[in-house]
Amino acid sequence: MKESNFKYIINGLIKENPTFVLMLGMCPTMAVTTAAMNGLGMGLSTTVVLILSNMMISALRKVIPDTVRMPAYIVVVASFVTIVQFLLQAFVPSLYAALGLYIPLIVVNCIILGRAESFASKNGVIASMCDGIGMGLGFTVALTLIAMVREFFGTGTIFGVDVIKHLGYEPISILVLAPGAFLVLSVLTALQNKLKAPSATNVPKGDAIACGGNCFSCADSGCASNHKKLADAKEAAKAAKEAEKAAKAAEAEAQKTE
Amino acid sequence: MNVSAAPHVRSNDTTASIMRDVAIALAPTLIFGIWNFNRYGYGLNAFLLIVVCVLFCVATEYVYEKLMKKPITIGDLSATVTGLILALNLPATLPLWIAALGSIFAILVVKMVYGGLGQNFMNPALGARCFLVISFAARMTAFPAEFAGVSTGVDTVATATPLTALKAGATVDITKMFIGTTSGTIGETSVVAILIGAIYLVARKVISLRIPASYIITLVVFVILFGGKGFDVNFILAHICGGGLIAGAFFMATDYVTSPITPLGQIVFGIILGILTGIFRLFGGSAEGVSYAIIITNLLVPLIERFTMPKAFGKEAVKNEK
Repeated sequence: MKESNFKYIINGLIKENPTFVLMLGMCPTMAVTTAAMNGLGMGLSTTVVLILSNMMISALRKVIPDTVRMPAYIVVVASFVTIVQFLLQAFVPSLYAALGLYIPLIVVNCIILGRAESFASKNGVIASMCDGIGMGLGFTVALTLIAMVREFFGTGTIFGVDVIKHLGYEPISILVLAPGAFLVLSVLTALQNKLKAPSATNVPKGDAIACGGNCFSCADSGCASNHKKLADAKEAAKAAKEAEKAAKAAEAEAQKTE
Repeated sequence: MNVSAAPHVRSNDTTASIMRDVAIALAPTLIFGIWNFNRYGYGLNAFLLIVVCVLFCVATEYVYEKLMKKPITIGDLSATVTGLILALNLPATLPLWIAALGSIFAILVVKMVYGGLGQNFMNPALGARCFLVISFAARMTAFPAEFAGVSTGVDTVATATPLTALKAGATVDITKMFIGTTSGTIGETSVVAILIGAIYLVARKVISLRIPASYIITLVVFVILFGGKGFDVNFILAHICGGGLIAGAFFMATDYVTSPITPLGQIVFGIILGILTGIFRLFGGSAEGVSYAIIITNLLVPLIERFTMPKAFGKEAVKNEK
């Protein structure tokens, strides 16, 4: 595998983790993470759809007219979601029942549309596949983590296995309800920021631009302009310093002549 | 020299002096609560709950500020008052560890994370109460049954509060509810004890009557209109004296941080509280709705203030304020 492709995977998994850094796909994140198994199932289903749709859209990127690209993406994504839905219904009916409405809703998951728009439509098939793997796994890890914390405190189990319940633990049931999702997500995101885990938003001090001016894997037009601004600012600072130097030198020169 | 623009209003009020007044005003209610539930065999537990709530609230604030290297603000007594108000809202049968958990939630999640006193978006004590009610529904509604004799432990048969009985269609004894020898949370039963504290607060000008009065009047009107009993004095009085209405109206809805500062806003705030409480009580699944009504209305405060901001003297009305 090419090194850059490997970087795309790591990028989605950690640096631009869709849940904790990009804050995308919040609806399934909040709704299905009541049990670790559901979080994992949702994450993996989304991953499969994401990889396949990224590849398909990347392969068709020169065929799809720019003006109707959104409907075209939706058709591609919806086809894969339907396949995944039927597979889940056939082979893991319990998970299918638990996720319910949220499987068809993968169609409008903003991670998938976001990656299609900002990555797959501009990169090759293999690179898009790697991006899909990275983003999908990042989503899966995040969902499973949130779900594990919620299940642990909310019911005393993890993946349905009794961990502390038999010790007489009284579950804090608010955590498996809607407010718990917000509480756990915010605490985990805060921890991620506190521990300065490598991410697109954790920038060394003094850098004015949120993305840090590092344009690797950043495909948006906004990033390019940011990069230009950063370069311009550096140039300006340099010029100012040199002007100051010159002025000082001139002053010294003037004093000498006096 | 540090000169600010006129008017120069001098006031000896500090956060600590106001909070001290609130704590004094809460004393009759808390003492009555301990005495009342002592008759059920839970006096000691009620006392310990109050102590635990205050201790954990203050300790949480202290530890958070130490860890975050911020100035220590436990001297302003606001954490103490939060602890006292949280204790008012707990049933006397509650295990102490749940009270401790609620106190930590009140200070850490509802207050400190949002930036401490003055920044919290809802009343910390009520936020914690709702957290506990949702998490430990059975324990938070385990009100001790009236009986003479020794306590039989935590698993004593729970009884209905007057308001629950009312909702079920039973008749209730208004005199008992007014004095407070009924079951409920530690601080909600006695209207007399709460009114003593409320009169003290009003006399000391710590609170104005705008919020409590508009709240209670709105609820009465709502009950007359939608209660299904018309102008039934007994029914109306039961709704006023029952549950946490009086305690909520005087001690919790008037919290400075989470209520509007404009006079008109305070009346609007009270009216919304009354309507919400009425909806929750009459049409909701549970018999009580004061705490939910207050925290939901807390969220509306910025909006209320924005629309009721008085015009500064000499200024044209700003049409499209941004």
